[in-house]
Amino acid sequence: MSVRIAVVSAGLSQPSSTRLLADQLAAATTAAVGDATLHEVGGGPEVVVDVVELRDHAHALADHLLTGFASGELAEAIGRVARADALIVVTPVFSASYSGLFKTFFDVLEPETLAGTPVLLAATAGTARHSLVLEHALRPLFAYLRAVTVPTAVFAATEDFGDSTLAARVHRAAGELAAMVVGRGGGRLGERRSAALPGPDEEFGEVVPFEALLRRSHEQ
Amino acid sequence: MQIGIFTVGDVTTDPTNGTTPTENERIRATVAIARKAEEIGLDVFATGEHHNPPFAAPANPPVLLAHLAAQTERLVLSTSTTLITTNDPVRLAQDYAYVQHLAEGRVDLMMGRGNTGPVYPWFGKDIRKGIELAVENYALLHRLWREDVVDWQGAHRTPLQGFTSTPRPLDGVPPFVWHGSIRSPEIAEQAAYYGDGFFHNHIFWPASHTRQMVALYRRRFEHYGHGTAEQAIVGLGGQFFMRRNSQDAVREFRPYFDNAPVYGHGPSLEDFSRQTPLTVGSPQEVLERTLGFKEYAGHYQRQLFLVDHAGLPLKTVLEQLDLLGEILPEMRKGFAEGRPASVPDAPTHASLVAAAGGGHDTTVHGVDDVTGHRAEEVSA
Repeated sequence: MSVRIAVVSAGLSQPSSTRLLADQLAAATTAAVGDATLHEVGGGPEVVVDVVELRDHAHALADHLLTGFASGELAEAIGRVARADALIVVTPVFSASYSGLFKTFFDVLEPETLAGTPVLLAATAGTARHSLVLEHALRPLFAYLRAVTVPTAVFAATEDFGDSTLAARVHRAAGELAAMVVGRGGGRLGERRSAALPGPDEEFGEVVPFEALLRRSHEQ
Repeated sequence: MQIGIFTVGDVTTDPTNGTTPTENERIRATVAIARKAEEIGLDVFATGEHHNPPFAAPANPPVLLAHLAAQTERLVLSTSTTLITTNDPVRLAQDYAYVQHLAEGRVDLMMGRGNTGPVYPWFGKDIRKGIELAVENYALLHRLWREDVVDWQGAHRTPLQGFTSTPRPLDGVPPFVWHGSIRSPEIAEQAAYYGDGFFHNHIFWPASHTRQMVALYRRRFEHYGHGTAEQAIVGLGGQFFMRRNSQDAVREFRPYFDNAPVYGHGPSLEDFSRQTPLTVGSPQEVLERTLGFKEYAGHYQRQLFLVDHAGLPLKTVLEQLDLLGEILPEMRKGFAEGRPASVPDAPTHASLVAAAGGGHDTTVHGVDDVTGHRAEEVSA
């Protein structure tokens, strides 16, 4: 058994503190899943971390807004996020909210893609004065997407990278995400009612039979 | 194999000179394009239905189709699409049956849900009920063409008691129906259920997606017992721009692509050509790309091209059709290649009449000539 954790990082600079925080959260979550399953027979699940750098998909995301479909590598990245057992999302704070690039990625997901998916929220900024962006912007966004956010969201101002208390918050949030993933035998709460289109190489699974569509129409 | 063109009737500024046709010019151009389609030997002309600018497509396609029926001899006249959601199915049954008579059967139609949100409230409908409307309205339309007297009750229109839709379909055979959808599996399912055709727009989305929608429809067509999956009735869209020299085609089309209403200012022409079936190049390149569609859609029945959009002047569109006419024989040959005999052609009025064991008049007279009964009593 393996646990797939997708990390969505919206940092723009190279190197970026957003990615730095994302990597810390991913490493801490991997360790926390290991700790939580230490005593399981046959050892704990293998944790597979998959990082999606939105900078690499910036052009494709703008194209998607205009054409209505994801091309090539963006389609693959969306597929990996859709199939993940848990998400770590990290954005820089721009003008009192998540960045436009970050929002665009979640705007182009099909409805229900993240329904029931555990998500750890994180953000970076030059100053800690922006920290409530996590509670006032990111958490409502993921509530709308019907994702399940972990209680601790991690904010890192530039100065926090020289402060050991950041590691403590990272550890706490990672532990919460790990508990959600492990406790539920890997990820999502319940079945997705996903109307999402299959990925490029998948076929449609079950379809709603036409009699049911007719009945639904008559019962309005 | 039927090959033709479809139009959305957009009134778009020509980005190379800033001129915009008037509605009258656009409407006259549409007629000229349809006539040209017949002249170069195409099989089908399909018109969109629109209710708002920037379109000069008919709000009720039979108005245009009836005019074209009088101006052409062979062309099958169709729609791309007829809004099954916001139109009253009773009016659809009546208007399309009437134009079917005028056109001597050269009419079929493609159902779609439409992509302009406000059209729903304009016609008193709820866009959130789009699928339900498509399902219920078509179920009623299907009956109105097949049953002389209909009692009906549904959620989206006033009930009907002892209702006879007139005129009855020509020769007792309703027009063939296609269902068009880019991304709704429910519509592929609907087409499969009735054994109707399924058309994929195939212009705005990657081929991998078209393949999946078509595969779903074929699988369900077989499930509902209309034939094998390879016998399902499939139509695809497509778009090209060609000049004898590939570079000339790219140079001339680029400003139209870059400013096109749907995908303009987005991906480059080169990227979009890779990602979707758009082909900009020489006639040979268009020919080869088009003949590649069947590799992922299977042998299919109808190929429609979009040629008159994005502000292209009429003269250019007619030149495009001349070039299409030149490669048409090769295209037909290519489509026939490797096509199993078990794969049917697209149904036409003649083939549907033959399948019904011959045509018969189904006029419903107010009072039956022989018995003196009224239509409702005869049915009961």
